[in-house]
Formats: sequence, structure tokens, C-alpha cells
Amino acid sequence: MTTDVHQLDDGAWISVNDSREINVSDLWLLARHEFCDCEMADFLAEGVVEVGVDYPDIDARFAGRCIQCGTEGVTDWLTVGRVIDPEDGQFYGVVPESVHVPRKRTRLARPE
Amino acid sequence: MPSKVENWKSEVYGSEIREHLMEFAEEGWDAIPEDEHDAWFERFKWWGLYHQRSGQESYFMMRIGTPNGVIESGQLEVIGEIAKEYATGPVDNPEFGAAYCDWTTRQSIQLHWIKLEDVPEIFEKLESNGLSTQQACGDSWRNIVGCPVAGKDKHEHIDAWPVAEDLHEEFKGNDDYANLPRKWKVSVTGCDQGCGQGDINDLAFEPAEKDGELGFNVRVGGGLSRKEPRFARDIDVWVPPEQASDVAAGMSALFREYGDREDRFNARIKFLMDEWGPEKMRRVLQEEFVDFELPTAGEDMRDQYTYNAGHDDGHGDHVGVHEQPDGNYYVGLDVLVGRMGADDTLELAELAEEYGSGEVRLTQRQNVIVTDVPEENLDALLDEPLLEDYSPDPHPFMRGSIACTGSEFCSLSITETKNRQVRYARWLKDNVDLPDGVEDFHIHLSGCTASCAQPQIADVSLRGMKTRKDGEPVEAFDIGLGGGLGEDPHFADWVEMRVAADEVPGYIQNLLATYEDQREDGETFREFVAARDEDELQDLAEAEETSYDDPYMHNTKMTWYPYAEDDDMNASPAPTDGSGQPLPSDD
Ligand code: HEM
Ligand code: SF4
Ligand SMILES: [Zn+2]
Repeated sequence: MTTDVHQLDDGAWISVNDSREINVSDLWLLARHEFCDCEMADFLAEGVVEVGVDYPDIDARFAGRCIQCGTEGVTDWLTVGRVIDPEDGQFYGVVPESVHVPRKRTRLARPE
Repeated sequence: MPSKVENWKSEVYGSEIREHLMEFAEEGWDAIPEDEHDAWFERFKWWGLYHQRSGQESYFMMRIGTPNGVIESGQLEVIGEIAKEYATGPVDNPEFGAAYCDWTTRQSIQLHWIKLEDVPEIFEKLESNGLSTQQACGDSWRNIVGCPVAGKDKHEHIDAWPVAEDLHEEFKGNDDYANLPRKWKVSVTGCDQGCGQGDINDLAFEPAEKDGELGFNVRVGGGLSRKEPRFARDIDVWVPPEQASDVAAGMSALFREYGDREDRFNARIKFLMDEWGPEKMRRVLQEEFVDFELPTAGEDMRDQYTYNAGHDDGHGDHVGVHEQPDGNYYVGLDVLVGRMGADDTLELAELAEEYGSGEVRLTQRQNVIVTDVPEENLDALLDEPLLEDYSPDPHPFMRGSIACTGSEFCSLSITETKNRQVRYARWLKDNVDLPDGVEDFHIHLSGCTASCAQPQIADVSLRGMKTRKDGEPVEAFDIGLGGGLGEDPHFADWVEMRVAADEVPGYIQNLLATYEDQREDGETFREFVAARDEDELQDLAEAEETSYDDPYMHNTKMTWYPYAEDDDMNASPAPTDGSGQPLPSDD
């Protein structure tokens, strides 16, 4: 089966194959990013803006704020987890509070 | 490309959702195909059911829309009984007990922990008593709001209640307007005080006179969500009461045709208003959506608006004892953060029958009003023990508090809200003196930027955030000051960012001390804030810890239920079957 990813309830969470996987309100630690001037951004995810699949990664851009410096905005693409075997559709989420490096693009910004 | 939600809506939406919902309810939670969960939960909203947040799978929030907040004789008892029988979750709330009703900022009712399996019985009970959950959530005409004492108020120009009732009849269950790009919020105001809060709705009817005739001016495009607050804008149209429904039909058809269905974040009509401006909005409405000549705007009454206008010289928030034009009285009772236990709700229903006409109304400040109380019954009503908890003469910190649902149930939340606001209000009451003459002080607390507690139109606005304390993440709030409605509505200015939740009461204490110290004679808090620039506002007060103790600092959203003894996500019993027994979860 194809991996079905979307954001719902106005960006409150990410659904992967009809299972709620990633929620807002987590703090994400961002390195080598352009979100703000902090070396490591302490980013509070307030809303999911966009989701994408770049097999095996599930990617998302979040709206939120660096709670260190106060900068607000939308992140570049973050890998929020992986679906390694599309057949079983099992999602393996990343740990938000470990270090993440945002990327400029993902393959499929609007998966089917 | 239409959004995913639009695709689901084009398959099944509106009234027809009901038969599927009923089928699933008969067969049980497990009957919903796993790969159709998202689509069905999106659709269930149209029937007033909103799937609760992560960790609470299979439980629903149920919203009952009561137009203009009017709960007719007999209905409150039904609501209390339903809450008592069906709205009990696996764990009690430490402030509010096992079962409770929420009176909301849009004059609706919310129940929580509803099981799908109970929906048919609940619907039957509601509907046989003239109540409904239809279109209470979802992309359609939402509950119509207005002045809660419409038809019973001395300040009234037009009785807006029949108009609101008309709109409700016309647009609930009307297939032509069942599937809109997004929610559609309508307000009808008939009194000269502005308590319909039209300015923050998608479509507002406000009292205005044209050639000696009373009717409404029309405003479009208000809303608070997503850090994009907008006041509704004047589209230079006046309608007589009997044509309000035609203009409303035209406006919502315009939204249906021109609203953005590709990007839900851009869908509310406020964004179309940004793009078009009021002149084009009027022109398109006239040319394509109504078949009569729209009169230009009449003379409005905004210069008389007192509601949430920063000074209180009108009927204010409707709390207290007020005479009706028919010589009876209405008695507004303060419900702290809008939540009332099921037993108290049943008791209130009894009091309303005994002393009034049985009717109870909900305000947009999360309070209740017992109407139609004859003068000779007043003293006995005021002596009732229930009114000690729900006072007609509450302390300003009690009556001024509004809080949204927050991390207890809501997916979008960043922080805990209602229980915390209860604790804030109590601490402030016990520890902080309001400056002389200040009887009205509004503190609105929302757990995220969606702004369901309408934080931007309060004296003190609190919006859910996080910060670190000693390196640890804790719940926090951005603090805004000086918002309100009235003739010249104003959104709060955000002044202090990311204040740890346990330092907010100290901030407010210091703020009020500065206000008392520095204010000019008779200067209201709103004027005091308006008279200061950004730097001056930032210097007004420091946040600090006090004797206030906050049990909800610990990132409540990461729990399955913030008040459970074992609150770890893995300790959640959800999803459960119809009798509350845990089911194997799908992951
Ligand atoms: C489970 C609980 C709730 C959820 C998930 C929820 C969701 C949302 C969302 C996503 C928004 C912002 C997006 C938008 O404007 O459409 C919003 C705004 C709003 N909601 Fe809620 N809400 C909840 C409870 C409530 C309650 C109890 C009320 C009162 C009836 C309410 C009234 C409002 C108001 C007044 C706004 C902001 C004004 C506006 O932009 O129109 N919400 N809500
Ligand atoms: S303001 Fe945010 S946290 Fe509060 S109920 Fe609305 S969506 Fe939930
Ligand atoms: Zn930063």
C-alpha cells in the first residue's frame, strides 16, 4: 500500500496511515538551520503546515517559535519518522528533543 | 488541487453522514475501518462530534448548538441528565468531578468523554426535546450567536431573537449551505450595547437605522485564529430584519463559491476579505448572490456600545440582577471558566423552573442567565445555596475569567487551561486588590493560537506557550494587554512573551500595582494601556513566583490525561469499547 500522510484538525497532528503519530506542543532541537540566529534552535511546534514523503522518511514543516530567542515562523522540512516497509505501514517516529537538521525540500510535498 | 479534507467531503458530507454514524454506533467503535478513521472523524464534526486528543481515542467531545444561547424550559434538565449519564470518563477532573457541562464562548454546550456507542440514545433524547448537535462543528453554519438577553432587554432596538431563530431554521440542515470551505460563524445583535460580538464573526448583523426604519448593517470577515485576528469589516449594506436571511444566504453562497478549498489555512472568509476588500465583497454579493438592490449602510449605534468596551456603564457581562421590559428580571450567574458539574446543572434547571419560566440562556462570557423571574421570586432565588458557587455578584477576578478547553481534551493545545485559570482566579481574589473603582477586569486564557477563549479581546490575554525553567521545559504564556470591543475594538498588544505559568499571577499582581500607582484620575485599564508605547508597556511589570502553586507545569499535553494518577501516555485505557473496557489499539 502507499503511505498515506496528512495533517488534520488545523495542523494539530500528523496522520500516517490513519494513525495519529506526531502532535503539536513538542520541543524540537534544530541544528544547522536557518530558522533563527540561535546555534541550536529550541523550537516549539505549534502547528503542522505541510507534510511530505521522501521514502522512507516522513517529513513535515511546522509553524512555531524558538523559545530561546523568540523568533516565530515556519521551519524547513524536518524528518518526523520513517515508514520502512510500505507493505506493513509501520511508522517509526523520531524523538523530537534529539537533534534535527532541517532540509530545503522534500520529494513529495503533497502525497496522495 | 482540493485538500484531502475536501476530497472526503465531496464523497460524503452534511446530513447524509448521520446514517453512517448511526451504523458505526450500532456496531461499535471497532466497526470503523482503520484506514477510514481520519475521513470519518472529519465528517462526524458536522454532527457535533469531535474526536478527543491523542491518548483519548474512541472518546468524543459533543457540542450542542443553542442559537443565541437560548435553552428553553425543560431543555437544561435534559442536558444535565445526558451529562450525568454519558459524559463520564475513565478519571475524574480534580476541580469539576466526574461529569460536567461546558458553556462556551459561542453560546454552545460541550460534553466530553462521549462514546460513539451512546450517540443514538443521546441524539434521540436531545432531538425529542428540540436540541441538536447538527453543524455544531465542521465546515458549515455554526451556532448563531447574539445578545444573550435578546427580547428581554431594555437596551434593545430590535428583538434579534426571531432573526437568529429564523437563520437557525433556514440554515441548519440546508443542503445548499451544508458544505462550505470552512466554518461559518454568524452573529446577530439587536441591542445598543454590542454584546453580540459581531466584530469577531464571519458575518455580523448589527443594529442600524435607515430612513427611520430599524434593521441591520452588515459586516464580514471577523475572526481571531492563528495569529491573524481580524475585525469584521463594514460592507456598506443595510437590511431590514425580514431580509436578513436573504443576505445571509447570499453571503454564505459567496463563501461557498469563492472560499479557498485548496488550503484550509487560507479558507476563512477573513482571508478573502483581505484579498478583495469590502467594496469588491459588496459588488460580488450584489451581482451574483442576491436578486434585489442592496441598500447602502444605515446609521449604526456603535458609538453607544458598552459591552467589553473597557468601561462598564451598561448591562456589562449580563451577570447580576437586571429588570426586563415586561417587569420580570433576569439573573446572570457567574460560572467560573464556563464549567458546571452535572448535578449543579440539574439543580439550576430546577431553580429556573421554580423561580422563572424554566428558560436559561448562555452568554459569550461562559456564564448562564436565569430569565423571566417575577420580582416576588427574586429574594428566594438569590438565597438558594447554588448561587454561592455561581454568584450573581462575583468578585471581578471570578467574573472576568474565561478559559478554553486546552490540553485536557484538545489536540491543538500547548497548555492546560481551565483548571489553571480556576486556580489563577482564586489566588488573585485572595491576594490582589483591584485599584479603586475597577469592577470589571477580563482575563482570557487560550491554550493555543486558535483563540477559542478570545484572548485578544481581554484586558489581560494569555496564550499557551512553553519556556524553560532550570533547563526543563515548562508550560508558559504569552501575555497581551489592553484588548476589547466597543465602538473602536482593539486587539491586545503582546507585551510579555513566554512567562512560566507559575509566574503569571505574580505578573498580574505587579501589573495592577503599577496601574494603580500610575493611572490618571478615572483612567480605565484599556486607556492606560493605549496611552503607552511598546517599551513603556514592557516596563509595566515583572513576572515572578509567588505563593501561587501550579500543579500543571509538566507539559500536560504529553500525558493521556493531565489529572490521572498515572498520566503516562502508555497508561491510557483508550481506545475502549462501548462499556469503557480497553480495546487492543492499532499500534
Ligand atoms: C476540542 C475543543 C476545540 C477544538 C479542537 C477547537 C478548534 C479550534 C480551531 C482549530 C480554531 C481555529 C481555526 C479556525 O478559526 O477555524 C478555533 C477557533 C475558535 N474556536 Fe475552537 N476549538 C475547540 C473548542 C472551542 C470551544 C469550546 C469554543 C466555544 C464554542 C470554541 C470557539 C472558538 C472561537 C471563538 C474561535 C476563535 C475565533 C475565530 O477565529 O472564529 N472552540 N477552534
Ligand atoms: S484555543 Fe487552542 S487549546 Fe484552546 S480549545 Fe481552542 S484549539 Fe484547543
Ligand atoms: Zn532561536
